[in-house]
Amino acid sequence: MSAWESVIGLEIHAQLATRSKIFSGSATAYGAPPNTQANLVDLGYPGVLPVLNGAAVRMAVKLGLAINARIAPTSVFARKNYFYPDLPKGYQISQYELPIVAQGALDIVLDDGTVKRVGITRAHLEEDAGKSLHEGLPGATGVDLNRAGTPLVEIVSEPDLRSAKEAVAYMKKVHTLVRYLEICDGNMQEGSFRCDANVSVRKAGAAKLGTRAEIKNLNSFRFVERAINYEIERQIELLEAGGSVVQETRLYDPDRGETRSMRSKEEANDYRYFPDPDLLPVALDAAFIESVRATLPELPDQKAARFMSQHGLSAYDAGVLTASRELADYYEAVVRAAPADAKLAANWVMGELAAALNKESLEIGASRMTAGRLAGLLKRISDQTISGKLAKEVFEAMWSGGAEADAVIAERGLKQITDSAAIERVIDEVMQKNPGQLAEYRAGKDKLFGFFVGQVMKATAGKANPAQLNELLRKKLSG
Amino acid sequence: MSELHHIGLTGLAAGLRARRFSSVELAEAFLKRIEASQGALNAFISVTRAQALSDAAAADRALAAGTGGALTGVPIAHKDLFCTQGVRTTCGSRMLDDFVSPYDATVVAKLKRAGAVMLGKTNMDEFAMGSSNETSYYGPVRNPWDQRLVPGGSSGGSAAAVAARLVPGATATDTGGSIRQPAALCGITGLKPTYGRVSRYGMVAFASSLDQGGVLTTSAADAALMLREMAGFDPNDSTSVEREVPDYVAQLDAPLAGLKVGLLKEFFDKGLDPENERRVREALKVFEGLGAKLTEVSLPNLPLSVPVYYVVAPAECSSNLARFDGVRYGHRCENPRDLLDLYRRSRGEGFGAEVKRRIMTGTYVLSAGYYDAYYLKAQRVRQLISADFTRAFADVDVVMGPTTPTPAFAIGAKTSDPITMYLNDIYTIGANLAGLPGVSVPCGFVGELPVGLQIVGPHFSEARLLSAAHAFQGATDWHTRVPGGFA
Repeated sequence: MSAWESVIGLEIHAQLATRSKIFSGSATAYGAPPNTQANLVDLGYPGVLPVLNGAAVRMAVKLGLAINARIAPTSVFARKNYFYPDLPKGYQISQYELPIVAQGALDIVLDDGTVKRVGITRAHLEEDAGKSLHEGLPGATGVDLNRAGTPLVEIVSEPDLRSAKEAVAYMKKVHTLVRYLEICDGNMQEGSFRCDANVSVRKAGAAKLGTRAEIKNLNSFRFVERAINYEIERQIELLEAGGSVVQETRLYDPDRGETRSMRSKEEANDYRYFPDPDLLPVALDAAFIESVRATLPELPDQKAARFMSQHGLSAYDAGVLTASRELADYYEAVVRAAPADAKLAANWVMGELAAALNKESLEIGASRMTAGRLAGLLKRISDQTISGKLAKEVFEAMWSGGAEADAVIAERGLKQITDSAAIERVIDEVMQKNPGQLAEYRAGKDKLFGFFVGQVMKATAGKANPAQLNELLRKKLSG
Repeated sequence: MSELHHIGLTGLAAGLRARRFSSVELAEAFLKRIEASQGALNAFISVTRAQALSDAAAADRALAAGTGGALTGVPIAHKDLFCTQGVRTTCGSRMLDDFVSPYDATVVAKLKRAGAVMLGKTNMDEFAMGSSNETSYYGPVRNPWDQRLVPGGSSGGSAAAVAARLVPGATATDTGGSIRQPAALCGITGLKPTYGRVSRYGMVAFASSLDQGGVLTTSAADAALMLREMAGFDPNDSTSVEREVPDYVAQLDAPLAGLKVGLLKEFFDKGLDPENERRVREALKVFEGLGAKLTEVSLPNLPLSVPVYYVVAPAECSSNLARFDGVRYGHRCENPRDLLDLYRRSRGEGFGAEVKRRIMTGTYVLSAGYYDAYYLKAQRVRQLISADFTRAFADVDVVMGPTTPTPAFAIGAKTSDPITMYLNDIYTIGANLAGLPGVSVPCGFVGELPVGLQIVGPHFSEARLLSAAHAFQGATDWHTRVPGGFA
């Protein structure tokens, strides 16, 4: 394997979160009955004309600024011509020679902790096509044009990625970014965020790139990883057997876990791009670009750096907590309510809370535990009202019941016993009740220490402060 | 009072307001002429009699209530590539033989709002591709001056209808001369506005960067009135220009004295019929007599306009006509075996030979390996032609020359040789490539056939062009001549 190096570039399609389509006034909402969100422009009726949606332009510029790219003062829409039933006009309006965004970059963190910069060649605006439907239509194909004309930004990376893992890390980074920027809902199941992967392999150290295959329409991180790994292996096997890779479009079949050659959309792969004469070039001046810059939120990398310096988090924790803007906001709300417990908060948000959300497949926004309530619990941990162990029980009760931490603690009598005299009284009782074990312990059977801890905890229903208990018990047992 | 069909659009609008006649009377009179002429001229694809009479009655009520607009009750016709809600819009093609538009083109809506009453949709070259109206699926239109001859194209139906006084005015479109050339060959006034002056929304596209809607009327004054009502920015057309529409009618009498006229050297070439040239030179004398100053100007790149046009226009058309695929509307072949068969046969059956020729030419020039040599180069030469005009307009106010090389030719004479046919637009294409406004006015006869003088001006100089044409028509009576048999 090490004799080969894989080279990967991604073309990510992110559906822009505009309310209406890129060239018409139709709504973009997902899931409406077929063809109810397609007007005459979307249907490509004779005589209709496209009018550019300014919101889509702002979103593309926002993305460009967030990846430190060059925003083109003039960009041009071009027609990509091909025949397909879900493409009503017989061409897709896209950008070809002059895209709105060029020459950006994003940093990803590799497994060994090093940071890798991934170049972004370009990002351009285009319209989505409709969908062909086969279900419930034996012997026929239905066409749903609700999606036709939905704005997309296609983000094209340089062939900088060297493994499926890197590709996934990069795709996740872009996914995080577009959601931070609120330009894409990131919903991969609905197809709002998907990618094509260009994969090639070459002998390690070779300067020239190998022939690439393009894997189309990958709509989950898992599929991206599996498809790329499959494709890398396929190409290496092919080359090692003396064959050669054919430049082609392939499709990933998640059921069989393999990629296979896909018939091209038209016989000759010539899209005959030319500037769309129905649309004027998009001219953006510095004032407009600055007005968009002013709307940029704190970006994920900036936020992670701040979490490290301000909250004392590790790079890993800061990365996890800033993976989505909602999660980061939640975390910061907890810290605001419990300022002394920033690290404890990180542990709980990434631990118990994440597990609880995961179990019910909830997003952070749908958490049943508000940040304020979680902060209430953390305060009781750090002021030693309850032990960390009991805190988990309190958390569970809060999660399923909805009460505040203090109420759960009071109701269940979970308040930790920190009164030394009280703990000593219980220790004395336990020693009296277990004279045999006491004798054995004193004869040198140290292992029985745990037995006595257990007995005291049992007697106090787990409420004895563990550190105090350890100290007092050791003293008493040794006589 | 002369007969209604000789009054002209402006006079009819005034007469209606003065209640000298009703809109219903007008509609009846013109519909009768349309129906009577249909066998001879074939100028209409659809005649919307019932709708017209009901609209005319509504116009009469508005006139009685004093709520009419500038054109309330005036009958007009639309070239059959302007989409008209609820009315068949065929583009002269089998492809759209049964296509009923679900919406009105902006031009149609504006003229409706101004009160105009549509009598029908006029015949045209298929998808506006042609210079003789012979490519129409509905058969050729015949020239009212001599029915053996073509009326010009592609707006041949509109031109023949206005020339034969079947309507006082009609909409038309001009991609390479499709308003001015038939205007010249039919002896009427035709105005192609600046690109972006009139909305293209709802005008079925041929070549988007060249197409422009305009008017055919019997006089410059009528053209001014009609243009004023249909021009203006349209948020639905990104290429329409946000610029106020001047009152062309109010500016008709702007003084002509001192107008600097450039004689287009390249237009007086060896292809120009000597008799035709004589009529044009006589017209220029008239302008001189009116106080215009004539100088010769040269646009060295202009002779390249035909080859440039026949790269750019087919390229755009090959893409614009891709939507006619038999899937959502328009002609669909019987029992397609599969998707490819559906495409091939629907388009093969739906389009005529000239449309196919241009789709193939356009597909070719946009193909990988040919794009730079054809499309890009043509766009560069187009810039040079534009620059030639810009330079010329630094010295002169307008340029003048013949509209066509010859008067109308016989039906069938040029159909076998597309290149000869294309050369018919040699004097008109330049204005389209540069996006400039141009007007053709009748300037005399060669034998029994009318010929036209073309005036081209800088962008948005329509008021200037119309006032110059109006002054000329004040000094001549060519525009009042009516073909025999249609008096």
